[in-house]
Amino acid sequence: MGPLIEVVLGGLMAGVLYSLVALGFVLIYKASGVFNFAQGAMVLFAALAFARFSEKMPMPVAFVLAMGVMVLMAWLVERLVLRSLVNQEGIILFLATFGITYFIEGLGQLIFGSDIYPIDLGLPKEPKIILEDTFQGGILINIDDLLAAAVAGALVLSLALFFQKTGTGRALRAVADDHQAAQSVGIPLNRIWVIVWSVSGFVALVAGIVWGSKLGVQFSLALVALKAIPVVILGGFTSVPGAIVGGLIIGVGEKLAEVYLGPIIGGGLENWFAYGLALVFLMVRPEGLFGERHIDRV
Amino acid sequence: MKTLLKSAVLASAVCATLAPAVASAQAKEQFVPVLVYRTGTYSPNGVPWANGFVDYLKLVNERDGGINGVKITYEECETGYATDRGVECYERLKAKGPTGATGFNPLSTGITFALTEKVAADKIPLFTTGYGRSESADGSVFKWNFPLMGTYWTAADILVQHVAKKGSLKGKKIALVYHDSPFGKEPIPVLEEHAKKHGFELLKLPVTHPGVEQKATWLQVRQQRPDYVFLWGWGVMNSAAIREAINVSYPRLQMYGVWWSAAEPDTLPAEMAAKGYNGLAMQHSNENSAGVHKDMIKFLHDKGKGTGDKKEVGNVLYNRGMLSAMLLVESVRQGQTKFGKKPLTGEQVRWGAENLNIDAARIKALGLDGIMQPLKTSCLDHEGARKARIHTWDGTTWSYTSDWYEGDNKFLRPMVEAQAKKYAAEKKIEQRDCKKES
Repeated sequence: MGPLIEVVLGGLMAGVLYSLVALGFVLIYKASGVFNFAQGAMVLFAALAFARFSEKMPMPVAFVLAMGVMVLMAWLVERLVLRSLVNQEGIILFLATFGITYFIEGLGQLIFGSDIYPIDLGLPKEPKIILEDTFQGGILINIDDLLAAAVAGALVLSLALFFQKTGTGRALRAVADDHQAAQSVGIPLNRIWVIVWSVSGFVALVAGIVWGSKLGVQFSLALVALKAIPVVILGGFTSVPGAIVGGLIIGVGEKLAEVYLGPIIGGGLENWFAYGLALVFLMVRPEGLFGERHIDRV
Repeated sequence: MKTLLKSAVLASAVCATLAPAVASAQAKEQFVPVLVYRTGTYSPNGVPWANGFVDYLKLVNERDGGINGVKITYEECETGYATDRGVECYERLKAKGPTGATGFNPLSTGITFALTEKVAADKIPLFTTGYGRSESADGSVFKWNFPLMGTYWTAADILVQHVAKKGSLKGKKIALVYHDSPFGKEPIPVLEEHAKKHGFELLKLPVTHPGVEQKATWLQVRQQRPDYVFLWGWGVMNSAAIREAINVSYPRLQMYGVWWSAAEPDTLPAEMAAKGYNGLAMQHSNENSAGVHKDMIKFLHDKGKGTGDKKEVGNVLYNRGMLSAMLLVESVRQGQTKFGKKPLTGEQVRWGAENLNIDAARIKALGLDGIMQPLKTSCLDHEGARKARIHTWDGTTWSYTSDWYEGDNKFLRPMVEAQAKKYAAEKKIEQRDCKKES
């Protein structure tokens, strides 16, 4: 029983980390109807900025500066890419984010370097063992995983409040529904886009710091986003809590599959299992677990 | 008159087209294509290797005026560790330079697999220092491949020798956590043979590219509690594996990485927590005060001509790249003893690579004392040397923690020959008679 609990716990913790990245996808989709493929690149860019700044200054200052960089990036994305694409088809905007991805990845490595940059948050690296009397060998708990879970929880709560309770949040949702209609009632589309990309940049920065403290900041962080795609498919593109629940299901599912199915069918399932699960969900519930059902007037 | 004018214009155009080619054919230059990955997922490991490789080429030009007066020219091509891009780089650079490409060293087993047939057709040697196809050590079949200084089979054999020295392996468990790619799968046949011979159980745990997420793999390690873990990773997979080993409290002292899993980028993210982690040192570790390093600083970095950060001269992968370039340069030098002190074709360099004899005196003369063991190649043996040590991360740096081991050729050679023979039959390659050729 102990090993099973550990696998489930491990899956939940990994799922929380995926959710952190998935939140960025959801935010931009929810507020602008754009599936932002560049979210992974933003995680890398933000983490690189933070890691390099923190080599020269205290971490809080580095965090503020890195956030400044992400706001500047949001402004540039709106100014140089999105502004000229207002009212274009979703697929056009999606492809534009592909371009942004490669540009950001290259620029990040050009400015900040392509080495590994450690982020030390000062947390104990060795795990804690609990319930040793109940289970043989006990259950392992990692402090940094718990911190990631707490951070993700706080982010979800604050984002849910932001979308539901603030005027800006409501404006963001209006823009997502219809660009033109939102503009016609006086919602400043350009400013709204800068805000949402900035908020997404903030989420990317937090995700980048959490992942970077585990693996070191390096290019691979950009690939973490690939794990977040099945998470948003499963949870729903428009749901903040869905990103969390989707992440947890994917996390637990892939760990159980790898540990219990892997030895039977050869292992290496951890990467593709999430996509298999997402495909099944697409067939059964295309809008995801918590996504809004899309109804068009005929 | 009109015809004459036309002819004159045509002749000038032809001359203008051919002039650079003629000049290039006359140039005393040896062109070296440099396949690198300075960007992308594997760049933290690719960059120091590339810096060491390029610095050595520069050093030969700056310090010695080239190879016996033949200047080295080179061009980098970014592969991103992707096989398709590696092949593209190969096609673009193979005919460059007055005599074509000297030889390729793609730093990727995947690209090596893709190029093995191509280099044979184009007559260009393929250097795979410490990687590539293990059976290509048999030069009677793999005429153009040179897995110099050690193959993965040699590495696997040495790792088993080392842990066997600690006590009988009978009834023990060894887990192989490997990159699920041709590179990661290479040691499996040797480890399986050793498992039969020594009576240990081999657990095979694949990790899919790039290996960022390995929690499930390491939870299996925690459940199975193997006596040793052999890590066969590259890039972020290594640092993620060490991190997850810490997360499941697997003792780092019982972990052994192959020589591509035991460099600074692998341990730096975990730093002190990685203390005790072991790895194979492919003849060298992170030495930075050999003669060659002093020359790197004096002739290149102090003059602002070095590649990368001066502080990184002597890092594990920098040294690996440097030695890889040295072996290519020495192959040219050896080739010149037969074909003359001029730019050589790939075919002539291949002869040099097959007749390398870098003995202790030559190692000293090259300023490589302490970071290289004697190496001698032949028609039958394209590996040339099979020695390695174990080095261990102490939280801040690597240091040696074992004596020299040598790959057991009595055990390995029959496997190499059998696999090479199988390849020859598949590809309908006529095996060379090395007795006649030597």
